[in-house]
Order: sequence, then C-alpha cells, then structure tokens
Amino acid sequence: MKYTPQDFKSNQEVKWCPGCGDHAILASVQRAMPDICEALNYTKERFVFVSGIGCSSRFPYYMETYGFHGIHGRASAISTGVKVANPTLSVWQVTGDGDALAIGGNHFIHAIRRNIDINILLFNNQIYGLTKGQYSPTSVLGKVTKTSPYGTVEHPFNPGALVLGARGTYFARSLDVELKLTQDIMLESAKHDGTAVVEVLVNCVIFNDKTHWNLVDREHRSDRTIVLKHGEPMIFGKDRDKGLMLDGMKLKVVKLGENGITEKDLLVHDAHQENPGLHSMLIDMQYPEYPVALGVIRAVKDTTYDDNVRDQITEVRSKSPIQCMDDLLVSGATWEVE
Amino acid sequence: MQHKVIDTKEVVIRFTGDSGDGMQLTGTLFADASALFGNDFSTFPDFPAEIRAPQGTISGVSGFQVNIGSGEIRTPGDLCDVLVAMNPAALKANAKWTKSTATIILDSDTFDEKGLKKAGFATEDPVKELKIEDRTIIFAAITSLTKESLKDSGLDPKAIVRSKNMFTLGMCYYMFNRPLEFTFKYIKKKFKKNPALIDANQKVLQDGFNYASNIQAIPNTYKIEPAKLKKGLYRNINGNQATAWGLLAASEKSGRPLFCGSYPITPATSILEELALHKELNAKTLQCEDEIAGICTAIGAAYTGSLAVTTTSGPGLSLKSEALGLAVMTELPLVVIDVQRGGPSTGIPTKTEQTDLNQALYGRNGECPIAVIAAHSPSHCFDAAFYSAKYAMEHMMPVMLLTEGFLGNGSEPWRIPSMKDYPEINPPILEKPDEVPFWPFKRDEERLARRWALPGTVGLEHRVGGLEKNNNGTVSSDPIVHERMVNERAEKVARLANYIPDQTVIGDESGEVLIVGWGGTYGHLYTALKELHEQGKSVSLAHFDYIFPLPKNTAEVFSKFKKIIVCELNSGQFANYLRACHQQFQYHQHNKVQGQPFTVSEIVDAVNAIL
Repeated sequence: MKYTPQDFKSNQEVKWCPGCGDHAILASVQRAMPDICEALNYTKERFVFVSGIGCSSRFPYYMETYGFHGIHGRASAISTGVKVANPTLSVWQVTGDGDALAIGGNHFIHAIRRNIDINILLFNNQIYGLTKGQYSPTSVLGKVTKTSPYGTVEHPFNPGALVLGARGTYFARSLDVELKLTQDIMLESAKHDGTAVVEVLVNCVIFNDKTHWNLVDREHRSDRTIVLKHGEPMIFGKDRDKGLMLDGMKLKVVKLGENGITEKDLLVHDAHQENPGLHSMLIDMQYPEYPVALGVIRAVKDTTYDDNVRDQITEVRSKSPIQCMDDLLVSGATWEVE
Repeated sequence: MQHKVIDTKEVVIRFTGDSGDGMQLTGTLFADASALFGNDFSTFPDFPAEIRAPQGTISGVSGFQVNIGSGEIRTPGDLCDVLVAMNPAALKANAKWTKSTATIILDSDTFDEKGLKKAGFATEDPVKELKIEDRTIIFAAITSLTKESLKDSGLDPKAIVRSKNMFTLGMCYYMFNRPLEFTFKYIKKKFKKNPALIDANQKVLQDGFNYASNIQAIPNTYKIEPAKLKKGLYRNINGNQATAWGLLAASEKSGRPLFCGSYPITPATSILEELALHKELNAKTLQCEDEIAGICTAIGAAYTGSLAVTTTSGPGLSLKSEALGLAVMTELPLVVIDVQRGGPSTGIPTKTEQTDLNQALYGRNGECPIAVIAAHSPSHCFDAAFYSAKYAMEHMMPVMLLTEGFLGNGSEPWRIPSMKDYPEINPPILEKPDEVPFWPFKRDEERLARRWALPGTVGLEHRVGGLEKNNNGTVSSDPIVHERMVNERAEKVARLANYIPDQTVIGDESGEVLIVGWGGTYGHLYTALKELHEQGKSVSLAHFDYIFPLPKNTAEVFSKFKKIIVCELNSGQFANYLRACHQQFQYHQHNKVQGQPFTVSEIVDAVNAIL
C-alpha cells in the first residue's frame, strides 16, 4: 500500500495567514512523504516532526505524524535527543531564520557539526513574523522594520555559509513557490545520512511581502536562479542559454555561444565532493551578479553521530565483563565485613 | 620524647598542599586503606576553583579531610587531630581547622624565606604567628628525603618531586598503623605500563613509613580498631558515582535505556563522566554545547521512551528553567540533578551549599510545580537517584534531585545492595491504541499520570509541546481548559505524597526540640543529635529526603515537639517553605552560608541555646 499526501494531513486547522509561503512548503512535504516511505521503506509512525517557536514551528501540528512543538531556538537540541535516543526514527526539524539562527544558533551549528542524522527545514522569510515584524539575522543590511525604524545596521547570515562553517555534509535550497523542487529535495534529504539542511526562501505576506520577489517573479525566475543537479552542467535561463564557469578564483556567468563557449566549457555540479570551496561559492551567489543557487548544493558522505554512538555501545558491550547492575555493583575494589 | 600509642575511637586527618601536590589522591588512598582495615569513614575534599593557582599561594591550597573510626562515622569531622601541610600556604589556610591537641606535619623544605613570603607570613616564625605553639609541630624534610629516596630511580627530577605525596602517605600509614599492601596494589595497577614508576612509588611510600618509625619526633601513633559494620560486601563510594549508579539501576529496573544530556559544570561533572563509562549498560551520554541543550536533548530522548536525565549545578539549573517548564507542560519523565554549590552566579564553585532550594521549588514561569527530592549522604545518592527516576517515569513528570558538592565529592563505605532488593519500575507505556482517537493527555485516576506513547508505535501519532493543550492533545487557550490543566498538573505532583514513605524521626517521637534538616547536612545533624543525647537532652531529628511534596505525616511529626529548629546551609529557604506549608508551627533557624558544611559543635550549641 502506498501512502497518499492525505495520510499526512492532520485534522488541525492550518492557521497561517492566507498567502503565507508556509502553506506551499507544507503541501510539498506532505506530497514528499509517500515518496520517502516508498524509497526508504518507512512507515508513517516512524516520522517525528520537531520545531521551536515561530510561524514555521506550528508545522508539526499539521502533520499526522508524531510531533514535538518545542521552545524558542531549541528544536535542534530536542531533535538531537530524539534521534540519538532512537536512531530508527526519521526526524524532521522545522525552524525559521530567527529560531535557528538567532536564539538557536548554537544548537543549529552543533547539530550540524555532530552530523546527527536529522533533516532541518529552515524557512527563511528574513523577518520575525509571529512577534509581528522585527528584523531577523537574515534581514538585509538597512532593512526597515519595527525594531530598525532607520534601517538595520547589522550584516545578515547566509544560512548555507553557516552550514559549511560547521563542516556540514548537506545543504539544499528551494523557493516556497517551487513545490515540485521542494518535494524532490525532501526525498534527497531523507536519503542523506547526516544533518540535511534545507533552506526554503519563503514569503511573509504580512510583514515582509515580496522579500524574495526578484527570484520568485515567474517572468524572471529562471534567469535569476539556477537549479543545480549533481552530474549535470550548470546551465540556467529561460532559454537555457546561460551557464557558470570558473574564472580564476571566482565564478563567472557566461552566455552559451558567445566567444565560442559551449556546454562542455561549463562547470559540472558535483554535490558529493568533500572540498567545500566550490559549494561555498555557489551558496554565496547573489542576484543580480549571479543567479541564486537552488537544488541540492552539497551532499557528502561522512559518519553520523548516531551511528557512531551505536557502534561504540555495541563494541563496549561485547567486550565488557559487566552485563548487568549487580555486576557493576561488585566490580572494582570491594571488601568483606565478616 | 616519650612515644605513646593512643587508642581512640575516631581520628580526623587533613591533607593539605598545593593543588598540584596530589593531596586529593593521598587522602583518597588513606581512606581506602582505612576502609580495607575495617574502619568506618567519611571524607571531605575541599579544593580551590583554580586547577593550578600560583604555586605556594593561599588560593592554590587544596585539602582533603578524612574521619576514620571504630564506631559510626557520619561526618568528616569538625577539627582535625592531624594536619599535613606541604607548604606554608597550606599551613596558613588550614591551621584554623586543627584541634589544640593536634599534630601538624610540615614539609620543612618549603618553609624558606620565599615560601613564607608567598604565603603572606609577616615573620619567619609561622607557628608563633598563627598562635599554634601548643600543637605538636613536626618539621620533616619531605622534599629532600623524597629526592634522596629516589636518586637512583632513573626518574626525572620533576617526577621525583611529584612523588613526595607518597612519602607523606607512608608517614601517615606509620602514625595510624595502616597496612601498605592496599596502596602497593593500587600503585601496581595505576602504573602497570610503567614499571619504573611502580618501583619508585612503592619505595618512596615504604621510605616514608620507615622514616616516621625511625625518627623520634613523632610522639603519638594511633590505634583505631575496626568498626562494627553490618556484615556484607562493602565498597567506597562518592555521591556523584552513587547518583550515576542509581540512575543505571533505575534504567535496568524499568527496561528504559538511559540517556543523559549534560554540560560539564563543577561539582556535577563526574556524574556525566561516570555515566559515559557505562556503555556496557546501554547508557547514552551526550556532552552538549550548553546547559539548555543538555536538558532539551534529554526531553527529546524522554519523548522517545528513554529514562532521560540532565545533570548540573546551580547556574546551569538557571539556564534550564525554561526547558523544565516544557517538560512539565509535555508531561514527560525527566530527572534533573542539581549538585548544589556556593552561589549566586558563579559564586564559589567548589564549595558546598543548599542555596538552590528556592530555585528548585519555584524557579520557572507560570504555575509550574515539580517534585523535589534530596539526597542525604554520599551513598544515599544511589537510592535518591533510583527513586527520582522511578517516580519521574511512573508519574510522567520531571523530578528534581538536589544533592550537594559536599555529597558529590565526599565518600563513605557502602554496603553493596543487590538489585533484587529494589522495586520494579513500571512506566505507563501504551503499546497500542486503546481507544480512537488517542488522547495524549488522558490521565489514570490514581496518579493522574498520562500514558507514554512512544514514536514508532502504530496509531498513536500525536503532538506535544509548550502550548497549553486540552486532554485530547489539541492546542487550547480556553480559560476553563487552562485552569483545569494547571490544576491537574499540580495535583499530579501533590499526589506523589501517596507514594513516598512517611517522615521518620530519629530519637523519641516527642520531646523538647526537633531538629529539622534536609539534604547533605544529615551526617552533622545526626552526630550532633548523638552528642545531645549523651548530654541527656530531649532532642530528636527529622531529616527530610522528600521536599516537595512533603511526607503526609509532616505536621503530625512536628506537633509532638515543643520547639522546632530548622538547620540548613542557606539563609532559611526550607524554614520559609515549611512556614508556607505548615504555618501552625513556629520555626527556629540555624543557618550558615559560608560554602562549608556545618560543624557538629555549632549544631549542638544552636540546639542548646533554645532548650
């Protein structure tokens, strides 16, 4: 029996604002779940959705799975506990730019550093929505908000750069409006062993409307973004006529056919290469100089924390003469009182 | 000088020196050797927060006090009969802890002009300056004798000087008639990869022993008969180890794997270290990025069905407050262990206090009661941890266990129990849906505990979280629902009183004065009680392990005494709590907030003052 997206819809009323990008991501995830179950032979009760605080963090209530709505910033720590305690569970953390990168920044980078086998869906709307419109750690410099009436004076984080800085093994990016791409990325993330961070650029219709409009605008979307696919040349554009090349130490946008440039001259995306150099450049690409990179940008193999824990326990148990509490109690230095 | 063998029931010895001088090890070995000899004992490590403060200064002085006896020993002793001071700073810092009849052994090599100056002595005569001329002072050239002893050992000069604690230990073994064999065995095991160090340490220990027996300077040696301990197999255990083992025992009894998420903090760290050792018993430990992650990973693990634990000390508990509220709200079992230390803020991290009681009882937002249990001796930490875990799991709620630095680091002999003497632990795990739809916050009628529905179970998919919910699991801000849930959560904790033992009284069940205590002051209060009984006083002791809820017979116990005096190492937190719970009684107080345990004599005085 194959699941349907309907099997993953809870009976709770979805309370996000009409027009919020989160609706689209919820639909993408619910559509991806049957594919994931089929590909990995999972059953529904195996999924746990964990969140922190914020608009995005209401997500677990809308999934007909196990769910844990935590406290602000701590979702990475809670999901780490869930996964390490029971590695057979498929753990999905839903978080936002404030939750993951401000109050929860420490837990976020350490989950990635440990390479816990969890999936982190980071909804980046560059604003605090649930507290009604204050700037976030991803708000652009100069952004006018309620707490920055004259514009922010601080530089934003690029979430992907943080992932690489923490020696992350997986990073992907999507747009809320790209339902199919998000759905495909969910499957890839589920398959990845280790912390899979997926940044979804999402619209906050109330407090930061059209913040990603340059990329989302249908007319220009394919000229201003590039969907990276492992093993395929880096081509983009409405007419598939643009590509990326290396120019010394920098990336360069080139036009196919100009100056004799052909598809063969373009970079071929290698998501699996360990060296983060090129991944870093791809993650950093900003419109208008570059297209913004979407898709699975990095997916490298490494051991996971939860596997290492399991292996260590198995090894110690096989070697130790102590097999139960009574063994432990009488181990080491003891003496008899007659 | 006339040599005298003193037959005594109890002797207190205090080893002091620079934090690099190995005094903690020396004291521990002395206690272990005494245990093997059959004495009862109690130890009290008293060390600075600095790992290696400037050599020879007061701030770098580390001490280890051990009380050994042929009778019942419940405290490390107030003042010492023998003080070992490896340098002038150690003497200066510890002279005040010596009896006027004490013997003081000093390493004369360190008592030069430079050493005296570093320790802040104004004159060249430290003994006169400290006004301790009445003590028996033994100057022994411990450093140079150690060098002489090991000159052919092939060890480098630094390693040789480091062995001087073994020379000192050898001297003490002579003074107290301790057998050397146990320590020989220890040395062999510790240095099994380095035979040169085995030979050197054994030689220097033996030379110290011989030196003490040859010189005529030591006036007294002590004979302490073995104690009449209950028959059985014993081991030496400190409070933090006992805490860790109690948790492992609860894991075995409940069949729930142990998960401990923690962040290192003095003086709680060795619980995490001990648990990390026991992967063979399926214990998972996660050293987190901070205190908050410690408790949050534990809460995540609790959600999946682990016996979840987080360990900390005062400032760490402050950081965990919000997440503790989450555990209360999600009604998940969780054991939070606070090994209390001197506060507020960073305070005096290596010293002991009972100043976190208010934080444990009240330190959260909202109506957020949690059960609070306290351990009363190093070995009792085992039972306290076991029952904290049992109640957390069976009642589906967080339980706070308060111990203290004094208990965590202190040690005593422990008659090894058998697991068959401990009760089963039956968490209310729901294996499959018993009705549709599943209500995650439906309660059993007795305990008011909800069921534990573990992820991975077919048909029990549900959501928990920090938002207020109805019993069916849906988010609700309905005023009536909120108040009902607040009351249900509070009542669940209150009903634990139906499961904990009645409060016991040591001594007569009625009388003039009832001493009331809780936690790690037990040994001192008990010893003071014995002394007061010897004085013929009508005094009893009620020492509380269960703080919240209080045992049901508490008021009845209190009503049988004319006066109640609450003794605690804070400014009166338990006394004020009792005033709130049982306001019909008048409570006298004896408090101390010096980062040090009580002395027996101050308790005796405080009780006599109100008799």
